[in-house]
Amino acid sequence: MSYLKKSPWIIHYDGSSCNGCDIEVLACLTPLYDVERFGIINTGNPKHADVFLITGSINEQNVEVVRNIYNQMPDPKVVAAIGICATSGGIFRECYNVKGGVDTVIPVDIYIPGCAVRPEAIIDGVVAALGVLEKKAAALKSMKASA
Amino acid sequence: MKSAIAILAWVILAPIAGGLLAGVDRIITARMQSRVGPPLLQPFYDVLKLFGKQGIVVNAFQNFYMICFLVFVVVTGCLFFSGGDLLLTIFALAVAGVFFALGAFSPNSPYSNIGAERELLQMMAYEPVLIIMAIGMYMVTKSWHVDEIAGFHNLLVGYLPGVFVALLFVLTIKLRKSPFDLSTSHHGHQELVKGATTEFAGPALGVIELAHWYENVLLMGFVYLFFASNWIAAISAVIVTYFLEIFIDNTFARLTWRFTVKSSWIVAGVFGVVNLFVVAFLIK
Amino acid sequence: MGILLFLLLFPAAMSLVFAVLPPNAFRNTLVRVSALLIAAGSVWLAVAFNGQGYQSFKVEFPHLDMIFFGGEMLLSLFLLYKCIGIKKHEWYIPVLILVQAGIMAYCELSGAMPEVENALYIDSFSIIMALIIGIVGSLISLYAVSYMRDYHHHNPQMKDRQRSFFFIVFFFLSAMFGVVFANNLAWLYLFWEITTLSSFILIGYPKTEEATRNAYRALGLNLLGGLGFACGILYLVKFLGQPTIDLNQILTMGRLDSGLVMIPIVLICFAGIAKSAQLPFSSWLLGAMVAPTPVSALLHSSTMVKAGIFIIIKFAPVLQGTWAGYFLALVGAVTFLITSIIAVTQSNAKRVLAYSTIANLGLIVACAGVGTPQTLWAAVLLTIFHAVSKGLLFLGVGSIEHKIGSRDIEDMGGLIVNRPGLAVVMIVGILGMFLAPFGMLISKWACLEAFVNVKYTPLLAVLLAYGSAPTMFFWTKWLGKIVSVSGDAKKGEGAVPGDEWTALWFLAAATVATAALFPLISWASVSPYVSGLYHVEDAAAGLTQGNIIIMSILLGLMLLMPLAFLAYPKKNKYVSRYLAGANLDQGDSFTGAMGATQHATLRNYYLSGFFSEKKLTVAGIVLSICLIVTMFSVVKI
Repeated sequence: MSYLKKSPWIIHYDGSSCNGCDIEVLACLTPLYDVERFGIINTGNPKHADVFLITGSINEQNVEVVRNIYNQMPDPKVVAAIGICATSGGIFRECYNVKGGVDTVIPVDIYIPGCAVRPEAIIDGVVAALGVLEKKAAALKSMKASA
Repeated sequence: MKSAIAILAWVILAPIAGGLLAGVDRIITARMQSRVGPPLLQPFYDVLKLFGKQGIVVNAFQNFYMICFLVFVVVTGCLFFSGGDLLLTIFALAVAGVFFALGAFSPNSPYSNIGAERELLQMMAYEPVLIIMAIGMYMVTKSWHVDEIAGFHNLLVGYLPGVFVALLFVLTIKLRKSPFDLSTSHHGHQELVKGATTEFAGPALGVIELAHWYENVLLMGFVYLFFASNWIAAISAVIVTYFLEIFIDNTFARLTWRFTVKSSWIVAGVFGVVNLFVVAFLIK
Repeated sequence: MGILLFLLLFPAAMSLVFAVLPPNAFRNTLVRVSALLIAAGSVWLAVAFNGQGYQSFKVEFPHLDMIFFGGEMLLSLFLLYKCIGIKKHEWYIPVLILVQAGIMAYCELSGAMPEVENALYIDSFSIIMALIIGIVGSLISLYAVSYMRDYHHHNPQMKDRQRSFFFIVFFFLSAMFGVVFANNLAWLYLFWEITTLSSFILIGYPKTEEATRNAYRALGLNLLGGLGFACGILYLVKFLGQPTIDLNQILTMGRLDSGLVMIPIVLICFAGIAKSAQLPFSSWLLGAMVAPTPVSALLHSSTMVKAGIFIIIKFAPVLQGTWAGYFLALVGAVTFLITSIIAVTQSNAKRVLAYSTIANLGLIVACAGVGTPQTLWAAVLLTIFHAVSKGLLFLGVGSIEHKIGSRDIEDMGGLIVNRPGLAVVMIVGILGMFLAPFGMLISKWACLEAFVNVKYTPLLAVLLAYGSAPTMFFWTKWLGKIVSVSGDAKKGEGAVPGDEWTALWFLAAATVATAALFPLISWASVSPYVSGLYHVEDAAAGLTQGNIIIMSILLGLMLLMPLAFLAYPKKNKYVSRYLAGANLDQGDSFTGAMGATQHATLRNYYLSGFFSEKKLTVAGIVLSICLIVTMFSVVKI
C-alpha cells in the first residue's frame, strides 16, 4: 500500500505566469481550503517533492530550469499543469517567445485549465494526480520486483 | 535487566512516541492558525512515503553521514534511558550532531552548506547549557548517572530553576522551532529552501526524520529529569513544555544566528551559571 | 641508568654529526636510523622502569655542576651575540639575558649553590613524557627528512641550512629528555633555556623579516619566563631556611608545608606558563607558525610547550588547595575559553592549530593548578592525547600544504576526493581532538568531573563548559570542508613521500590506539603515578567499567561504520545539487544573471564580526595579567 496518496508533497514553480494561478495555488494552503488536511506540504525543494505544480507557459529562459527541477525530483513523481498557460500556452500561445505549455519540456500527468484556475479545481486536479502517482508507484514497485 | 528493557523500549517505542509528538505538534499548530490540520498519524505516512521514494544523491558519501547520525542518536538514547552517565550522553549527542553537520557539508551545495554552518552555530549556542545542566544535576544529587539523578528524592527543578529556564531556552533551538530554527525546519519555512536537508531525498530524508523523532523524545527525557521524583509532575511538565514550544514556534519569526548565539550564552550565563553558584554556596 | 644517559646523550651526539653532514641520502638514512633508535630507546626505558615508582640516580662525572654552569654562561653569551640583529623595541631581550646570567652567576659563584645528591630521576610521568618525546619526536624528525627537502624545493630563494636545522632538532630532543629527567633544578634550567634557544633558531629558519621578528619575540617572552625560573632558583638558594635545588626535596617539603616553597614554585610555574604560551604570552606561539611545519609539530605542540606544563604538573601536589594554585588554574581556564573562541575566526590552518594548542595547554594548566588527584589524572591524560593528535594534525597540514600549495582551510575543500589518504589522516586527527570517544574528549570529560568537585565555586567547570562549545564549531567546520565533495573534484597527482606517510599513519594509529587503550594506559602508568603522589586508592574519575564499555562501543561503531559503508557500495542515482534549477552541469556551475555562467563557491563562517580576535586577545591579556598578579599576591595565604 503506497503512502504517496497520504503524504503528497508539492513543489510549486511559476514558469511565466502572471501570478494569477500562483495566488490561487497559495490560497489552497490557507486556512480556507487547508490542503494540509490531505497531508500536502508545500516544500520548496524538488528533491523532497512528489507533485510538481507548474503555472505559466514555457519560454526560452525557463526551459532548462523546468527540466532541471523535474530531473531533481525522485521517482515516483507527477506533474500537474495549473492554468491554461501551463496547459497549452493560453492566450499567449501565438507569441514569439512562448514555446507552449509545460508538455513541451516535461511529461505532464494532469492538466488543470482555467484563467485563473479556481482553488477547488486545483484541489480536484491534485487529487486526480495522486491517483496517477499511485499507479506510477505500483509500476515502479513491480519493476523493481521483477528486476 | 532493567536497562535492557529500557533500551529495547527506547529503540522500538521512541520513534512511535516521536512521531505522535510530531503529529500532535502539527495539529495544534494548525488549530492555532485556524486550520484543521493533518490526521494525527500524518508524520508516519510521511516517513513511510519517503522510504518508498527513489534515493537520489549528489555524491556517494552524504547518506552515510545521516545513517551515522541516526545510529548515534539511538546510541545516545540507549545510554540515557538505561541510566548511564549524563555527561557521556551529552557528548554522544554532540557526536550525532557532528555527523548531521558533516552530512550537510558533504554535498557542497549553497543551501545545505549554510544550513550546516547554522547547525554548528546552533550547537555552539546550546552546548554550554547542556553541560551546565549536567553540572547542576551532579552538584545537587552528587551523581552523574541518570538512574541516580532520576531517583533523587526531591524535584530537581526546585534546586535548579535557573538551569531549567536555560534548558527551556535552548530547547527551542534543539527542537528546531522558531525563532531558532536556523539550519533546517519543517514545512512552511523556506528561507534556505530546506537548509541542511536540502540535498537529501527519499529514504535518507526518512532516516533524518526518524533521527529527529528520537532526538525529540530524548530532549523530553531531559525535561522529565528535572521532575523525575514525581512522575505525574514530570509528565505534566513534558506536556506543558512541548505545548509551550509549539506556542513559541507559532508566535515568533525566525531570528538571526547572532541573536541565537548571543542570547543563549547570556541566558545560560545569567540563569544557569548564577543558579550553579547559588547551589554551590547552599550545598557546601 | 644507562638507557637514561643514552636518551640524554645520543640525540646530542647525533646532532653534532648532522651539523656537518650535507643533506644527502646517507644523512637521511642516518636521521631515520637515529629516530628509530631514540624511539626504541624510550620504549625500552618504559618497559624497563615500568611499575618501579620513583627512582633517582647519581651521576658520577667530575665537575659536572661546573660544566652545567659553564654551559649556561656560554648559552647566555651566544644569545647575546644573536641579539646583534634586534630592533629598538626588542631592547628587553639582552637585558633579560644579562639579568638571568647575572642571577645564575651570583648563585653559583657565591658558593651558595647547594649540592644535589642524585641529579637524575625517573618516575611514571617522566616515562610518559619520555615516550612522547621519543616516539612523537622521532616520528616528526623522520617526517622532516622529506619535508625539508620539498620545503627547499618549493622555496629555492631560501638558503638551505638543513645542517643547522637537524643539529638543533636533535640537540633539542636531548634537552627535552633532560627536562623530564633532571632532579637538579640548575640542570633543568639549562635544559629549559636550550629549548628556548632551539625555538628561537628554528622559528628564524626561513630568515625572512617576519620569521626573524617572530623568533625574537619567542625568545623574549620565553626569556621572561626563564627570568621567573632564575628568580625561583635564587629564592631556593638564598632565602630558604634549608637551601636546596633538588626537585624531589622541594616537592617533599612542599607537600608537608606548602608555604615554605610556594614562592619559588610559583616563580617556576610562571616560567611554565610562558613556555606553554598561556595568556598573556600567547603571541609568541602564534608567531612561531611561520616556521617550517615539523618545527611547529615538534616544538610548538607536542614537546617543547609540554615542558611548560610538565613543570606545572610536577608541582601540582604542592599547589593543591592553595589560592595561588587556584589563580594559576584560572589563568589556564581563561586562556582555554578565550583562545577557543578566537580559533573560530581563523582560516589559516596552522593558526587554528596554534590557538587550539594554547587552549588545550590552558586546560592542562587549569588541571595542574587545582592539583587534586582527579585533575592530575586528567592533566596527564590530556598531555598524552594532545601530543599525539596535535602532532598528527600539524604534520598532516604540512603534507597538505606541499600538495595543494596552501595552508588555508578554505583551499582544502574536496580533500576527501583529491587526496583521500591525507583526508583520512586529518579526519582521524580532528576527531581525536574533540569528539567522543577519542582521547581529548575523555580527558576533557575527566577534567569537567574533577573541576566540579573543586571547592569554592564551579567557576572552572563553567569556563570549561563555555570553552568547549566553540571548539566543536571550528573543528567540525574544518572537518566539513575536508569531506565536502564539489562537482569538479578530481584525484590529485604526485605522491606524498614515504617518510611523511610513515609518520602520519603511525600517529593516526596512535590516536586511535590510545583512545581504545586508555583504560590500560591509565591503569599501567597514570593511576600509579597519581596514587603514588597522593596515596589515594584510585584517582581515575569516571572510569567506571560501564563507561569504558560504552566508549569502546562508540569507538567500535566509529571504526566499523565507514568500513561497512565501503564494503557495501550502493547503486545511487546521482543528480545535481539544488541551485534553484539553474544548474548547467553536474558540478557547481549555474546560469546567472544575463545568462552568464557562474560558479557556486562556498566559504565557511569565521564570525570575525561577531568574535573579534583583537578585542578578545586584549581582554585576555588584561585578565590574565590581573590573575597572575593576584597569584603572586596570594602566595603567602
